[in-house]
Amino acid sequence: MSLPKVDHVGEIGEERVRHVALLSRLELTDDEVGRFARELTAVIHHINKLEELDLTGVEPTSHPMPLTNVFRQDVVVPSLPNEAALSNAPEQRDGCFKVPQII
Amino acid sequence: MSKSVSQIISDLESGATTSVALVHDCAARIDRLNPDLNAVLSVQRDDALKAAEASDARRKSGKPLSAADGVPILLKDNICATGGPTTCASRVLENYRPPYDATATAKLRAAGVVVLGKTNMDEFAMGSTTEWSAFGMSKNPWKTDHVPGGSSGGSAVAVASGMAPWALGSDTGGSIRQPAGFCGVVGMKPTYGRVSRYGLVAFASSLDQIGPFASNVEDAALLMNLIAGHDGRDSTSADVPPEDCVAELRNGRLAGLRIGRPRQFFDVEGIDDDVRSVTDGTLDILRREGAEIVDVNMPFAEEYSVAAYYVIAAAEASSNLARYDGAHYGYRAKDSANIVEMFSRSRAEGFGAEVKRRVMLGTFALSAETFDAYYVRAQKARTLIKRDYDNALKECDAILAPVAPTPAFPAGEKTGDPVRMYLADVFTLSLNLAGYCGLSLPAGFSKSGLPIGVQLLAGAFGEKGLLQTAWQLESKLGIAGSRTPAVFAR
Repeated sequence: MSLPKVDHVGEIGEERVRHVALLSRLELTDDEVGRFARELTAVIHHINKLEELDLTGVEPTSHPMPLTNVFRQDVVVPSLPNEAALSNAPEQRDGCFKVPQII
Repeated sequence: MSKSVSQIISDLESGATTSVALVHDCAARIDRLNPDLNAVLSVQRDDALKAAEASDARRKSGKPLSAADGVPILLKDNICATGGPTTCASRVLENYRPPYDATATAKLRAAGVVVLGKTNMDEFAMGSTTEWSAFGMSKNPWKTDHVPGGSSGGSAVAVASGMAPWALGSDTGGSIRQPAGFCGVVGMKPTYGRVSRYGLVAFASSLDQIGPFASNVEDAALLMNLIAGHDGRDSTSADVPPEDCVAELRNGRLAGLRIGRPRQFFDVEGIDDDVRSVTDGTLDILRREGAEIVDVNMPFAEEYSVAAYYVIAAAEASSNLARYDGAHYGYRAKDSANIVEMFSRSRAEGFGAEVKRRVMLGTFALSAETFDAYYVRAQKARTLIKRDYDNALKECDAILAPVAPTPAFPAGEKTGDPVRMYLADVFTLSLNLAGYCGLSLPAGFSKSGLPIGVQLLAGAFGEKGLLQTAWQLESKLGIAGSRTPAVFAR
């Protein structure tokens, strides 16, 4: 589903909640869909305060410190051993993470 | 154990105590108090005793690793430490055991500090009360039916009730300063980049910062010295020279200091009378000591930080938490037919309500159709908020503000109303958006006996001066150690 660009959302309805839940990879119950619609609408109602601001010519801040292109020496160091990397795996086989069939 | 870290260090030096005895004392106190307070999620007693024995041996041979060698510490459970679980108080990571130490953990161990265990928090640090912990809320030691604040509530409770002389927390929007205020201890959020985030489980990467909890300013400064510094493993860690926060701690002066009073913060409706009188009383003390109180203007920080923060933090969280997919580590739902179902069900069953709410909000803000209207707009508001700090700090050396509009409130009061819960963060969020440093310091008590803190805020890498000012103010307030919660006697 692709939706047109919007400048304002007044209400987060159940259809939008289901769309966002799909993008978030969250399986929601019908009860949760209803609850999130109400709660997120209330939160968005407050966030819409930002529309009051005149932001003409204001640059966005994505990061608090002005850092660009941080480089370090490319030094080879030992990596995590396979066993340690797999130590928290829910399922494993032959030194790999095991998951349900993908294709 | 009511001794400060500096007292403990001199006891260790004189041989009046040992690290093993300190670990036993802390563990016994945790055994006694934690069933009520639920501040600590796991204790690594055997490893801690081994580390303590090694520390005592080093002291005996005259070769301690640092002054703090042998002092026990508790870490918030989103800071990785090998040898035990790091759960982020989430079902998702309930059985997760990190294969590496966070840089902050490694630095503490390299200084001989003994990691005793991990503290409770809101799940993935999302919350202001610890009520969103999957393992039950922590309780405020001053009044156990009240919240301790959050998200680093367990660390604040542990220090306030003497389970450990100090602790680490993390502060994304006030998560160190607010629980420190609610529990009557000192808590500091360092400048973004001052402390490495390597091994701190990410919530909002442009806002998160690890920092100290302690029972007084000097101990917080000692802990800052141990954890601060550039780290090649965190590309956002600042490559600035480390500062000794301890050596000249007592050399600050209040006389002639300019303290900013952000007018709009004091005009907020609904500030509790006791918070107002403690904050005004603190300003009076500063004035009496010769500081100049300067009215500063921070309109955007007060009015728009809640809206900007909850968009930015949620957006970054939705992206960071995408890694919990049940594939490599963490909770996996059983019997999924395909991979997408496994992702969606693992996340649905693993995450609690507040985490889901923020992931949904963040995904909404980052969606193609709403990206400009919500995410970019919030980033532009962030610019204005940061500018508020830059303008204010031209007119003053530090800013003084309340920590929260009220002292600790009863458990359950705000859990049903996310917006009300978020609005209570109004005084702490803007500092993280600006990226600057600040601390919360006990300044008084409410009529009902709950501690009330004040915040001192400063610019980038201003920790040393800020701690000097805080030390002077602390000595004039005369609050530190003046009262202890009733549980202390137990």
